[in-house]
Amino acid sequence: MRRSTVFGLFVLLCVCCLAALGVTSEIRVSRFLVQSRDLSGITAALKLTDISFSDDARYTRNPSQADIFSAFQDYPGSIEHFPSGSVTPPPDFSSLGAPITVKRR
Amino acid sequence: MSLNSHLNVLDFTLLSLLRRKFKNFGIILVFTFIVFITGSILFLSYSFKREALLILKGSPELIVQRMSAGRHELIPADISKEILKIPGVSGVEPRYWGYYYDPLVKANYTILASSETLPANNHLLQGRLPGPEDKGVAAVGRGVAKARFLDIGSSISLLSSGGDAMDFDVVGVFETESELLTADLIVLGQPDVVRLFRMPAGMATDLAVSVTNETEAPVIAGKIRYIFPDTRPILRKEIVRTYDAVFGWRSGLILTLFAGALVAFIILAWDKATGLSAEEKKEIGILKAIGWETSDIIEMKFWEGLVISLSSFLLGIILAYIHVYFFGASVFAPALKGWSVIYPDFRLAPFIDPYQIAMLMALTVIPYIASTIIPSWKAAITDPDEVVRG
Repeated sequence: MRRSTVFGLFVLLCVCCLAALGVTSEIRVSRFLVQSRDLSGITAALKLTDISFSDDARYTRNPSQADIFSAFQDYPGSIEHFPSGSVTPPPDFSSLGAPITVKRR
Repeated sequence: MSLNSHLNVLDFTLLSLLRRKFKNFGIILVFTFIVFITGSILFLSYSFKREALLILKGSPELIVQRMSAGRHELIPADISKEILKIPGVSGVEPRYWGYYYDPLVKANYTILASSETLPANNHLLQGRLPGPEDKGVAAVGRGVAKARFLDIGSSISLLSSGGDAMDFDVVGVFETESELLTADLIVLGQPDVVRLFRMPAGMATDLAVSVTNETEAPVIAGKIRYIFPDTRPILRKEIVRTYDAVFGWRSGLILTLFAGALVAFIILAWDKATGLSAEEKKEIGILKAIGWETSDIIEMKFWEGLVISLSSFLLGIILAYIHVYFFGASVFAPALKGWSVIYPDFRLAPFIDPYQIAMLMALTVIPYIASTIIPSWKAAITDPDEVVRG
């Protein structure tokens, strides 16, 4: 068999594999969308505000409810000591407006 | 040029690649790894974001916290009457919740008072939730159930802030599918939460405010802040924005892991782009000497770049998909888990953003082909004699 044919078959196999994963993904997503109604029901009934993603500190368990400068509890951009905190970015301060500037006389 | 002649050039390219198989397989391995890491991060962060947005759709429109000395404090429940008077507010409900450290399993639980019952057709809870006024009963998340070997009918003992042990009969266990939301939850009746945390009478953790029209929520939040200056209203929009930032394109997760992979790829591409090896130059010179045109050499190098980058891209993206959606992103799990003891055993829904995949392909395959072609083109336009002699 020609080498180019072998390469062509390899690419075709990978593309078929991706197509199969695409189909699986569609099926799993549609199943999740049905399930998400139940999940959303639990959120509404228990009035939950956060996902249980990482419970090693209160500001990683409930990032939306923690202090405004979480996950950097000491000051914005400080080095985090919790591993999961190191993958959480500092909050977006762009809404706070322009920085205060001191004019020289 | 006929199709057959293109295939002949491809055949020759593959033969030439196989001649230097250790080097080329090495490049494919590194390239696949970079695509795998980058693809995994993209899949993981996008799916987390989409799931979080769908799950948190049912969150309260507005949460009112009380701040004292820059910290979250308990809030007097009776201010809900004042908040209810604000036009547009349809309901205010105090929330009673907190964290409980269990020294037995060295894990943190989230204790929450039940306020509503779940609809009977909710498939994600085995058994039932405790009623708001129930005493001595609990519903637990799957993570807590696993850590404490609990099931419906068994009992769990917690130590209250007053120092006395409180026993609860487990009447409900959340299903595994809801772990991302409920893994560390223990839902109790409100009197039990108040007793467990020794909350002063009339105090709640925060208030959940319902509004008639969500677009009015920021105005209502402003009014609450005006009437009660020591409060901090948190809008649902802000909650969603938090998760958008945590799992967004500019997230720390991306920056932490993607930056390393990107630098590695830039070094690889730079190494290729800055010059050909003496052997490769000699090969180009010989091909030119036996009659190959510059365009043939460029085509050969195009195929070479395409074979390596396309194979690596396809393999990397397939492996990334399998890693994230079949193995729960086990490579990243230690970083994501942190020091959590109860960690959700999540199976993410494979939300795929075709735009992100196209971007990844454009950022990896095209620059690699370009970095292969440009130095070869430079060598191919030089006199063969000069190239072969070096």
